[in-house]
Amino acid sequence: MLRILQFLYRIRAFILFVFLEVMAVWMIVSNNSPQGGAFFNSSNALVGSVLKQQADIVQFFSLAEANEALTAENAAILQQLSFLQAKPDSITFQLDSTFASTYQFRGARVIGSSLRFSQNYLTINKGSKDGIKPGMGIFNPEGVVGRVKAVSENYAVAFSLLNTGQLTSSKIKSTNDFATVQWDGQNSTEAKLLFVPRHVKVQEGDTVITSGSNSVFPEGILIGVISKISPDEKDPNYLDLTVKLSTDFNKVNYVYLVENTRFNELDSLYRQSEISNEY
Amino acid sequence: MNIRKLFSYVLLILFLGVVQILFLKNLALFGIAFVFIYLLGILILPISMKTTPLLFIAFGLGFMVDIFYETIGMHTAAATLLAFVRSLWLRAISPTGGYVDAEEPSLNEMGLVWFITYSFPLIFIYCLVFFSADQWGTSGFLGVLNKSFFSSILTCLLAILVQLLFFKRRRGI
Repeated sequence: MLRILQFLYRIRAFILFVFLEVMAVWMIVSNNSPQGGAFFNSSNALVGSVLKQQADIVQFFSLAEANEALTAENAAILQQLSFLQAKPDSITFQLDSTFASTYQFRGARVIGSSLRFSQNYLTINKGSKDGIKPGMGIFNPEGVVGRVKAVSENYAVAFSLLNTGQLTSSKIKSTNDFATVQWDGQNSTEAKLLFVPRHVKVQEGDTVITSGSNSVFPEGILIGVISKISPDEKDPNYLDLTVKLSTDFNKVNYVYLVENTRFNELDSLYRQSEISNEY
Repeated sequence: MNIRKLFSYVLLILFLGVVQILFLKNLALFGIAFVFIYLLGILILPISMKTTPLLFIAFGLGFMVDIFYETIGMHTAAATLLAFVRSLWLRAISPTGGYVDAEEPSLNEMGLVWFITYSFPLIFIYCLVFFSADQWGTSGFLGVLNKSFFSSILTCLLAILVQLLFFKRRRGI
């Protein structure tokens, strides 16, 4: 018995090493499940405040650019609004509430982001206090940015579109064919468009937008344009499409968050019918 | 180890951690060469240090970087491995007669060639573990190897540079 204890004492460093390593691997695994491990991330109050200070300083230098982009977007929205306003010489009537918008929008600022790894995340300066919930979609005027993963009181952490675990339901605008955008971990300006059958007639330069068939993004938010078409070597039934992303993830700064107010209803319906939905 | 020395180690590790988190997070030369300068804080600790406290320091440091990098567990696992291999590696490459008058495995005490043979393999192992964990199942081993190799070169270079610039030179011969 004493021998065993002596032996164990002699290799105590190794035992400690194995223990710590197992703990680290456990952390990796639990963090990668979509629901778990939301305690230790940058939505933590202390980490969030440090990141916010850093972002305050760094983003000060791009304020002019951000202002310009916002002005351009305001102008575009005003343009659209002028079509929607009732003309004085016409009669309007209220539509049924079924047709009322099911999406709510909020603005926020990105205070931390990574784009060099294969699992990239964003940290946002709004949290549950401002009505941010896990599962909300994130986009900016350029295109889709990501989806909220976990929320604390003042901050939120989101999957970037540049996360190999993030599937975004999309469609090709010209042909209306549904597809899925997934990043392959290689280049931060490109992603793959999956599950497009071979018979679909796509061309380089075709626009890819969100499909609206999931419950995260409304239809028609830009994702990118198709930049390369080749037959899939692994599965000959599909095409291997590369999408040039419209969002410049180097410069993601101010973003919009979109919430589907009927998300819970849809989600429980999916669960009830045992459909696992992509986002 | 006197209290002043201890204080300077704590300060160095904190400083390197802050630089890593605030400035080097999104830095990647040509998209493949990353810098993990905070590893210098683990590498530079005294030779006589026992493995147990070393493991705890590496674990804590890796965890701190992980929280900011949003990569929970990956830096921790890699840094803990580095700390464990460090003591074995130090024993393996000890000069004949042991580390007689050297206190810490630094550039100034041990010389350039020795420091590179000491730090490069350790940093390479670290990078290998980190990038494998990061790209698990998404891309081939070649990409991991590529990133690891260039990242360890860059990190090694920067570690040497930091020591040349900020560490006190030993006086006389």
